[in-house]
Amino acid sequence: MAEKILELDSVTAGYNGKVVIRDVNMEIFSEDFIGVVGPNGGGKTTLLRVILGTLRPMKGKVKYYSVQEKGNIKRIGYLPQLNMIDRKFPISAMEVVLSGMMSKNGFLKRYSRRDKELASQMMEKMGIAHLKDKTIGELSGGQMQRVFLCRAIISSPKLLILDEPNTFVDNKFEGELYEHLRELNKTMAIILVSHDIGTITTYVKTIACVNREFHYHRSNVITEKQLSAYNCPIQLITHGDMPHTVLKKHDHR
Amino acid sequence: MITELLQYHLFVNALWAAVFAGIACGIIGTYIVSNRIVFLSGGITHSSFGGIGVGYYLGINPILGAAIFSVLSALGIEFFSKKGEVRYDSMIGIWWSLGMAIGIIFIYLTPGYAPNLMTYLFGSILTVSTTDLIFMAVLTVIIILFFIFFYHTILFISFDESYARVFGLPVDAMKNILISLVALTIVINIKVVGIILLISLLTIPQAIANHFTSTFEKMIYYSTLTAFVGLFSGLLFSYYLDIPSGASIIFALVVLLGLVKLAFYLIFNVFNLNIQRSENN
Repeated sequence: MAEKILELDSVTAGYNGKVVIRDVNMEIFSEDFIGVVGPNGGGKTTLLRVILGTLRPMKGKVKYYSVQEKGNIKRIGYLPQLNMIDRKFPISAMEVVLSGMMSKNGFLKRYSRRDKELASQMMEKMGIAHLKDKTIGELSGGQMQRVFLCRAIISSPKLLILDEPNTFVDNKFEGELYEHLRELNKTMAIILVSHDIGTITTYVKTIACVNREFHYHRSNVITEKQLSAYNCPIQLITHGDMPHTVLKKHDHR
Repeated sequence: MITELLQYHLFVNALWAAVFAGIACGIIGTYIVSNRIVFLSGGITHSSFGGIGVGYYLGINPILGAAIFSVLSALGIEFFSKKGEVRYDSMIGIWWSLGMAIGIIFIYLTPGYAPNLMTYLFGSILTVSTTDLIFMAVLTVIIILFFIFFYHTILFISFDESYARVFGLPVDAMKNILISLVALTIVINIKVVGIILLISLLTIPQAIANHFTSTFEKMIYYSTLTAFVGLFSGLLFSYYLDIPSGASIIFALVVLLGLVKLAFYLIFNVFNLNIQRSENN
């Protein structure tokens, strides 16, 4: 049974008094796989920060249900954009993966042997076991994404959030990543942010569009009629049975 | 000849000062360099001069004044750059020169001659007193324990602050404690190399260590060792060549960095050896 894990209740958010997203209502359930699309500057990252709890909404409320445990600890895994990472930072791949355990352990507990075994298994599964002791600066974009994915899921979170995971990544890893996500979706809800809507619509279950306003389609099939109603910068192309969606140039009122 | 030097009380004190300074700078310097807060640390260092001036004026220990000033400026820069409209690095520049200005004004206002002023500006490891050593020892132990206890949290917050916030870790509290430790490390090293030269003691050892490793933990060990070697050889140069110790310590460190760079250049370019090495800056 799908249970509700998180809810945004008429959330308005932005920075320094400037509103970026307005009046967002959204419910996230445990089996969801939501693709978040929208143009750059449309508020995708703002939405993520509100969900992650690192940006306080100006109006409205974020309600955490089973993703939040006692204290302030949230069972959310997060894969940041690669350009947010300092590649010169002296940290090994293994240390990055292990740091994901802190959502479970809190900041006082040290890593146990089981944590380390778990990290090794995780990296084995992702095919990066041999990179354990490399520093992150020595890794390629795809390898780094694998490391960050391991970090995000090592604590078996209830919700996994990925911010543009397909930038700086080779096609081979991209396909692999989506297969991993499909597998992970059996145990956790996933929110995937991307501007490459063409690829993601084949994997996600539902699509949300953020362009100042928020439109959530509880389906991954979008019709042209829906689009015009929602005022989304998206165009549909159908290729056989597979619906593809493409961004259309779009003036928002 | 070193055994002969060890008979001097001053030299033994200086040697202990080099040990504590080496450890404190090895750990705190690694934190500074990895977090790219060298400029902030420079600002804190120089603004501590305000505390020295006020200390002279009020007739209290200038180092105590420097400690108060440096911690307040460290926290002040963080606080005001978050609240105000001024850019972070401009804010550092303002506090940097404001502290220096306050120091100069108060020294000017202090009647009579300000003794040992040059010691605070350019350092003199041979004037480190037993009281100074006790302060250094206590702070070094605190830093070691703090880093042992919170190592993973420090590493995580430094590497990916926003994710640490997602987990609900006490990011701001940890950062404030760490920047206060940076400020106090700066203060205990004022007598060793002086305000003007201090920042290099927190960066050159790490630059050298970075040639041999690029993990945080090893960088701490290697830079502690390098800092000690620099401090010790600088002390010897200072003694035998009769030059100011602060300057000779920094010079020794720079020479060491040059030698390491030269060695790496020869190994990789001239002899063309294909040894895997860690990426350096």
